Amino acid sequence: MTNVWVFAQEAAGAPTTGTLELLTKARALGTVTAFVGGDASGMAATLGEFGAVQVYATGDLAGKLPGVAVSAAMKAVIDGGDSPDVILFPQNYEGRDVMSRLSVKLDRTVITNNTDITVEGDSVSVTTPIFGGNTLVTTKFSGAAPYLAAFRPKSFAAEAAGGSAAAVVAAPVPELGATGGATVTAVHVEATTGPKLDEATVVVSGGRGLGEADKYAMVETLAKLLKGAPGASRAIVDAGWVPYSYQVGQTGKVVKPGVYIAAGISGATQHMVGMKGAKNIIAINKDKEAPIFGIADLGIVGDVHKVLPKLIEALQARG
Amino acid sequence: MNEVPVGNNDNCMNVIVCVKQIPDPATPGALDAGTKTLKRDGKLILDESDSYGVEMALQLVDAAGGGEVSLVSMAPNGEVSGMRTALAMGAAKGVLVSDPALQGSDALTTAKVLAAAVTKLGGADLIIAATESSDGYTGTVPEQMAEVLGLPSVTFAKKVVVDGGTLKVDRQTEEGYDEVTCTLPALISVTAGVVEPRYPSFKGIMAAKSKPIDTVTAADLGVTPAGWAGAGQEIVDIAQAETRAAGEIVEDDGEGFTKIVAFLENLKVI
Repeated sequence: MTNVWVFAQEAAGAPTTGTLELLTKARALGTVTAFVGGDASGMAATLGEFGAVQVYATGDLAGKLPGVAVSAAMKAVIDGGDSPDVILFPQNYEGRDVMSRLSVKLDRTVITNNTDITVEGDSVSVTTPIFGGNTLVTTKFSGAAPYLAAFRPKSFAAEAAGGSAAAVVAAPVPELGATGGATVTAVHVEATTGPKLDEATVVVSGGRGLGEADKYAMVETLAKLLKGAPGASRAIVDAGWVPYSYQVGQTGKVVKPGVYIAAGISGATQHMVGMKGAKNIIAINKDKEAPIFGIADLGIVGDVHKVLPKLIEALQARG
Repeated sequence: MNEVPVGNNDNCMNVIVCVKQIPDPATPGALDAGTKTLKRDGKLILDESDSYGVEMALQLVDAAGGGEVSLVSMAPNGEVSGMRTALAMGAAKGVLVSDPALQGSDALTTAKVLAAAVTKLGGADLIIAATESSDGYTGTVPEQMAEVLGLPSVTFAKKVVVDGGTLKVDRQTEEGYDEVTCTLPALISVTAGVVEPRYPSFKGIMAAKSKPIDTVTAADLGVTPAGWAGAGQEIVDIAQAETRAAGEIVEDDGEGFTKIVAFLENLKVI
């Protein structure tokens, strides 16, 4: 039976959506163990419901960054005799960092940005989209396990299986030496009103076609009117118009809303990777050759400065 | 975001920046039919992500009142043009690892190679990398390098200050940012926009031509390349993804917004 670990993360005391997605996939592959950087006692029931039989928990990280602390704790468990066949990591800041340090400790390769995994006997393969998602590459791990793979958000659907609570096993962080030199001294949470970008059913995104930072306000207004979340292309994030948390795309958030409205966005492949899974796409751009029109369900070839204000006015009139 | 770091007591700070030289992102990517890896045989340029690291390094050394910025890079065919760009910005020297035996290297091997290049330069107070490259975007090499070198690290740094031998970093997170302190020496990866990269001056470009770049092989560094067989991964299939078809595209005649309203009504969004 394949022994699968999932690096599990917590938000507001519960496993993150991404964690539940990975657990769901993991239980289709074999026996599942979750690994938590922190205290798992509050989450054991839900982790179990989604398929984890057991959960290793490091206990409070005392300000240490997960990359260095959790990888060290994982290595200690593996050295102690519980060595998994494959470890699934979420493709996010901490997931990548934990996987990176563990790969050096174990001298194992890493494969990131995956959207699927297949296990056939001893053979483990992962699939990753490249070139803006138009080409899918399947790569098989060779050599000895454990195999380390990271997965993009929303690659799998999260589904509860109804299992009983996972058994919590302590996996303390060993001495970190010089590598433990970083300490978190303060945590700042950016207050956002409205739905989270990667969970919103409606997303309204703006791009360079808006012309200047002030014009982004139209995007925020429209998003609010539709009870959605505002998003952005990388171009305007790099230009400093909006924070990085607004970025949709390959190096930003992957969103799969019911409706995605792209205003003044040309559709660079790295942006489309982040939103082409949306159910319905509306695009407004003055260039009829813009690549975004290749995937839009409704495309308006026009000036965003003319279309958006009229759209906003019409929606406001409806009350 | 354009914070100039201040307060280093030591009057000297040596920084090594990892720079990647990549195919121009404006040209479409292609896979080599034989090896099934990204083609890197055309013109290679400095990855834009690394211009932030180079600029950050130059500002930190400036603020410290002394020291220098060195570069490490791994590239095929003895490619140095991207490194020359960084030298033109103000870096002092570099080590290029170029070796046919390294073709097809995975991220782990790359990290070991770059870490060995850092050691060859005698280490530094701070090593800087981008969070991920613009062509491969694996995103693990910086943290892997930190582990190989036994250093603490802070990834996703969006603001960096050196204060009396300690690093103070604002580290980007999914929810906002954390304040992190870190002992030196350390490795950091920086986000785009952490600083505004300078354009190389004409004087800088001319000076760059004669700044030293030491070109070495894997063997020179004492690294045994794993090559294709030892990479631990093997590409078994390449397929076209399902494409999404376009729907209705209309020219705005002033009433285009009504189509959007109707579309949203139909979906019961409004």
